[in-house]
Amino acid sequence: MRFTRTNGWRAAGLAAGAVLLLIFLVASLLFGAKNYTWKAAWESLVRYDEESVEQVIIRTTRLPRALIAAAIGASLAIAGALMQTLTRNPLASPSVLGVNAGASFFVVFAAVLLSVSNLQALMWISFIGAAIAAVIVYVLGSAGRGGLTPLKIILAGAAMTALFASFTQGVLALDKQGLSTVLFWLTGTIAGRSPDMLGIIFPYMAISWVSAWLLAKGLNILTMGEETAKGLGQRTYLLKIAVGAIVVVLAGGSVAIAGPIGFIGIVVPHLSRYIAGIDHRWLIPYCAVCGAILLLAADICARFIMIPEEMPVGVMTAVIGAPFFMYIARRGLSK
Amino acid sequence: MKKTSLTAYLLVVVLFATAIISVCLGDMYISLFQVIQSFTGKGSEAHTMIIEMLRLPRITTALLVGASLAVAGSILQGVVRNPMASPEILGVTGGASAAAIAFLTFAAGTVSIRWLPVSALAGAGAVSLVLYVFAWKRGVTSMRLILIGVGMSALMSGVTTMMIVFNPKNDAGQAYTWLTGSVYAANWENVLLLLPWTAILLPLTMLMTRHVNIAQLGDDIATSSGSRVQLNRFILLMFSVALAGSAVSVGGAIGFVGLLAPHMARKLVGANFRRVMPVSALLGAIIVMLADLIGRTAFIPLDVPAGVFTAAIGAPFFIYLLYARRNES
Repeated sequence: MRFTRTNGWRAAGLAAGAVLLLIFLVASLLFGAKNYTWKAAWESLVRYDEESVEQVIIRTTRLPRALIAAAIGASLAIAGALMQTLTRNPLASPSVLGVNAGASFFVVFAAVLLSVSNLQALMWISFIGAAIAAVIVYVLGSAGRGGLTPLKIILAGAAMTALFASFTQGVLALDKQGLSTVLFWLTGTIAGRSPDMLGIIFPYMAISWVSAWLLAKGLNILTMGEETAKGLGQRTYLLKIAVGAIVVVLAGGSVAIAGPIGFIGIVVPHLSRYIAGIDHRWLIPYCAVCGAILLLAADICARFIMIPEEMPVGVMTAVIGAPFFMYIARRGLSK
Repeated sequence: MKKTSLTAYLLVVVLFATAIISVCLGDMYISLFQVIQSFTGKGSEAHTMIIEMLRLPRITTALLVGASLAVAGSILQGVVRNPMASPEILGVTGGASAAAIAFLTFAAGTVSIRWLPVSALAGAGAVSLVLYVFAWKRGVTSMRLILIGVGMSALMSGVTTMMIVFNPKNDAGQAYTWLTGSVYAANWENVLLLLPWTAILLPLTMLMTRHVNIAQLGDDIATSSGSRVQLNRFILLMFSVALAGSAVSVGGAIGFVGLLAPHMARKLVGANFRRVMPVSALLGAIIVMLADLIGRTAFIPLDVPAGVFTAAIGAPFFIYLLYARRNES
């Protein structure tokens, strides 16, 4: 049974999603190795008292963590949706196509071998890594007769992922000290990340979210096919470059903060398309909200699975997302 | 056939040369003369110790691991009929790694280490079985197999990471080196662990070469030529899984050997599997030995895992293959 998707329903759904997101944000503040009361959380936000231990923990650890999870979840989901539209491939996402791996390698290389610690610099390095990986995969995947076939681009992504992963391993093998500091980051984690990085990257992310939404109409036309889009007077190259840049900023930024967190970018767009339909003007906000909720939920779960240790959230998303990927692959790539 | 025997002969010579260079080079240089001296029992005690306890087992392990991985890959490429198929792209290596790490985490100490290859093998087998079932939809197409394999290998790497994080006893660095694939610190025990598998499976595969050749022609022709396609494919895949699994249990996930060696072999001796198999076994052994030799001599005092080098050559080669095949659907 499926109801017709009128814009009223879609707006209502989005509002409900926003409420749910708020609930998960609060839950992220309250629950963990130690649970806090509503009162403590509220007071830490409005009447911050540096003397109170619990308020300090909420304010300096839990709050940044919740915000990072929400921002990254939204970014990766939007990046995934854009990549799926651009490559016309339901399996595309920053992790599968090697963009995350590219950004990770560049960050590890810079941080471990060149001892770069300036956050601003690391952000740009991460962007560059993501961009290089994205361009190579796109060119390889679309070279030859038949253009961008699903199998070609996925194989290109798998190859680039393997290549960058082995480079990363090589760097870490050269510097054993570096390994212990970045190993947890490499599995994808939002625990213990400093809020400074989010502060630097957030403006870029926010601009990308808005630009993605502004490009929605063009993306809708692009889904009808390259020829049709050109026939309707769209400058598809310009659009593709803009979308590519947005993907690079969103995926690269996320990696710079939290390491490679996979599969949010594939699960969420499918989920959102199921709820909101294929119109990008709705799809993109839905992706943002659902992605934020999903990563917050995964992060909260990651705290409870193996108390007192924490599970890297990247492992959680891989364990949930990889079977989903296989399901989509099995269902077929006829689209 | 003449060309093939010449190629094989040359490769054996290269293999021995690599082995001898590997014995000589390392943290401590031992000249060829000194090596011969210690073999005949006249060398200094230190040299004999280094050669017999450190270098020889390591070289032998590299040889066995390389040959096993290469043959596993060549079988897979023949049976799946896709040159992109290799144990690591399909997640078979990942399954073996996950199972081996699980064994080291939960069972080491209580169960004999002799079961490690068996558990890695079980992991590789389980992954291939699940892969086959998932990809089955009125037959198995190689595209579905590969796509689902990509997902599978991501899942396995997630599970492996989880295992490493789960176990606070584990030295993360050590586990990571192992995951990259390295014959670092191999001893005679490792060799004995691996040798039975290789010694039994390689001749058995050699006996099955005819069936690989028939399988390469496609299911229809194979069936009409009287081959029991499904049964033979199953047996061959099990051989491949067993070879890959046992190699991973000792050497870790040394990547892309199973992709590189068969391709090089086909370039050298053509598509007949009867020739491809032994030649790729030799090539695989040479590749892993060389990678290990470079890894432990180029960055002294560091010991870079062999898997870093095989992947650094293998991944670009994979990309090249992808580009070369760009016009095929």
